[in-house]
Amino acid sequence: MSAPHALPRWADLVLLPLVCLAVALAVAAVVVALVGQSPAEVISVLVRGAFGSARGISYTLYYATTFVFTGLAVAVAFHGGLFNIGGEGQAVFGGLGTGLVAIWLSATLPAWVMLPIMLVAGALFGMVWAAVPAYLQAYRGSHVVITTIMFNFIASSVLVYLLVNHLRPTGTMSVESAPFADSAKLPSVQDALAWVGVEWPASPLNLSVVLAVVAVVAVYAFLWHTRRGYHIRAVGSSPSAAEYAGINSRHQIIVAMGLSGALAGMVGMNEIAGVSGKLLLEFVSGAGFTGIAVSLMGRNHPVGIVFASLLFGALFQGGAEVAFDVPGFSRDMVVMLQGFIVLFSGAMVYVIAPMLAWVMTRFMLQGAVRG
Amino acid sequence: MPSAPTRVAVKLAGISKRFGAVAANADVNLSIAAGTVHGIVGENGAGKSTLMSVLYGFYQADSGSIEVDGKPVIIRNSDDAIGLGIGMVHQHFMLVDTLTALENMMLGAEPHWLLKRANAKVRLALEKLMQDTGLHVKLDALAGDLPVGDQQRLEILKALYRGAKVLILDEPTAVLTPQETGHLFKVLDHLRSQGTTILLITHKLKEVMGLCDCVTVMRAGRVVQEMPISEASIESLAEAMVGRKVQMGRMDDDGRPAGEVLLALRDTEVRDEMQVLRLAGISLELRAGEIVGVAGVSGNGQSELLDVLSGLRAPTAGEMSVAGKTFTSDAWLDPGTARTLGLAHVPEDRHARAMVMSFAAWESAVLGYDGLPEYNAAGWMRHRAMRSATAGMMERFDVRPPNPELGSSKFSGGNQQKLVLARELGQSPKVLLVGQPTRGVDIGAIEFIYSQLRALRDAGCAVLVVSSELDEILALSNRVIVMNQGRVTGELAIEDCSEAKLGLLMTGGGH
Repeated sequence: MSAPHALPRWADLVLLPLVCLAVALAVAAVVVALVGQSPAEVISVLVRGAFGSARGISYTLYYATTFVFTGLAVAVAFHGGLFNIGGEGQAVFGGLGTGLVAIWLSATLPAWVMLPIMLVAGALFGMVWAAVPAYLQAYRGSHVVITTIMFNFIASSVLVYLLVNHLRPTGTMSVESAPFADSAKLPSVQDALAWVGVEWPASPLNLSVVLAVVAVVAVYAFLWHTRRGYHIRAVGSSPSAAEYAGINSRHQIIVAMGLSGALAGMVGMNEIAGVSGKLLLEFVSGAGFTGIAVSLMGRNHPVGIVFASLLFGALFQGGAEVAFDVPGFSRDMVVMLQGFIVLFSGAMVYVIAPMLAWVMTRFMLQGAVRG
Repeated sequence: MPSAPTRVAVKLAGISKRFGAVAANADVNLSIAAGTVHGIVGENGAGKSTLMSVLYGFYQADSGSIEVDGKPVIIRNSDDAIGLGIGMVHQHFMLVDTLTALENMMLGAEPHWLLKRANAKVRLALEKLMQDTGLHVKLDALAGDLPVGDQQRLEILKALYRGAKVLILDEPTAVLTPQETGHLFKVLDHLRSQGTTILLITHKLKEVMGLCDCVTVMRAGRVVQEMPISEASIESLAEAMVGRKVQMGRMDDDGRPAGEVLLALRDTEVRDEMQVLRLAGISLELRAGEIVGVAGVSGNGQSELLDVLSGLRAPTAGEMSVAGKTFTSDAWLDPGTARTLGLAHVPEDRHARAMVMSFAAWESAVLGYDGLPEYNAAGWMRHRAMRSATAGMMERFDVRPPNPELGSSKFSGGNQQKLVLARELGQSPKVLLVGQPTRGVDIGAIEFIYSQLRALRDAGCAVLVVSSELDEILALSNRVIVMNQGRVTGELAIEDCSEAKLGLLMTGGGH
């Protein structure tokens, strides 16, 4: 009994996500039409807003950078057989780490020392925040899905507590820290390009986009080219086979979750060091959860995650433009569109894949008859 | 078939069924005389199951026709098949463990909407049916609590209760002890005498010879031979199945005495989480140049023994010496250490243990050995070396298709097993543990696997074979250990073994 929906590899990796995306857009178009707007107009404003100008592209890339970090975080854990729902909390903690060292040290250290320390601190904070649920899973059997969800709440509460009670300068009303010194500011892409003589519009896009690219390559190399990555994938795919191979699955759980947390923790470099220049509330604002959708849509592969991040970045940026330009089209409609994409590329894949396989066999049979 | 005046119960004519590029059935003709037992034999993937699925309505044939009792019929689903009096007993039983035997029996065919009345009706009908057929099952026991043999009887009863005149049995003896098999065959014989037509799908040729009236051999989706059993022999059937001559039985041993002790297990005891005794006071020695067979009905401690020997599980008491090192129960060896000591293990469960099914073949082919210097440089995987080593293994062990990039799950059972063997033999182990060496493996591959195990023994390795197939134990071993309920109930030199003697020891009798 062969599997009824065996798609060729290229179709599984390229065609299927595109079909899912198309179906999601089609369904969203129906809803847009139902509320009395023109789907064509909305789509064209969205695409133009996201990719139509250098500024739009910059914003898209800026959003995508955060999603790459959280998406990779989910993917690494997933390959280890763990569903890390705690990207949000780990990103909050990572940002906290990044921000704390900046608050303490940015006045005294130069940028070339300060920025690496902020990166390491962010990754370490995220790692530790993920390692606790990992330990509980590996050695105590507490399910990582439950514990990471709870750790999200704890992380945001800790952030609120620290900001309100300790980090807020006395006499200010807003819940945020004092601005960091300039040495803790990650250069924007506009500044970086200006040094090499290229003119680029102002945007929140900063050099963490380079960090994101490095992270993508590093995660790929780690998972598929190192022994440790091989062990993690073995534990994730078949714990019993890994046990037979002499792999200690508890270690792998800790390592996979630790790495996952470190990747989520790098969000702080984009949002805190790159944009706000101070520690504030809500700098993650759901990106940890979007990372789950990104990883799902990118089939847990770094390259897929890059494309999925760009898509979600474009939706965020283009969606903002649509909400601004199209009267009567609120931000909630954009959220709905994201919802459809998550639904169709996540849950509905199992409905769409057999249909696609059926269509493709029909197609190939016809080709065979003609040829 | 000779021109006997018998009625034809089922006739399949020109059945073809393709899955993508694979022709699972190609122009298959089959006619089954009523009131006979008709064997269908063939290797895995020969098309037996597909053919039966077409007859039972799981698949629609691409072309061809089906006749039941001389009338052309179209079978769209299993309801159609049941309506035509065709019943099927699957290899994996389709029972709800938490329902009673009686409830299972009427599931989907309740004769009344009030459960109480339905129960009473079915019970009455069943008691008569059990009387008539000699199939007895405790109707009020939970299906999950019944022994495997009873579950199978329940499945047969279920088919008969729904009016089956043609009964399809898919590998019915795979899960049975020799005694249970004997009982099943008596029942089938009785059903035949009452006029039931039986289609027996199997790869055990001895059973075909013992029970069937007529046999059809399939290979690569086609019928290659069909003959009355009086004209068939095990050798000729095996040859027809594989397409060439095969050597299945025992080879002549050169009778060399076994050498030094390579592994010694002493007074080992295993208790599970519920403190139930799984292994009780097991001691055994494995010597260079011998194959020791462990016989027993599945679930009598053989799996636990393999787990303990290979380091997958620490015993609650006992000690083991291997390669000059001694391990006690509080500091047992782990699988990684076992490998470095030259203790290799081909696990019983290929899918859960021996390979990672989602990995490419070359990734599974280094499982457990990825730390070797030829495969790994400072923590980086040497992909090229791994791939070429896998290609070498595939060539030496004739793994088909010889493609290291193919997913582990895409190979047939026999080819997976050959790859696992190639991996474990690749490092020239001193001791080899093998669980169910040929479970789900084709005849052609079985012959090859046996020859590899014998060659390893002749090279001075100590081999332990755990198998639930008595024929396999008898074909391979120099010495046989019999286990029952976690204890060794007997240890015999191969010369002293007979199926009857081993069967008795397996059920705990004999002493």
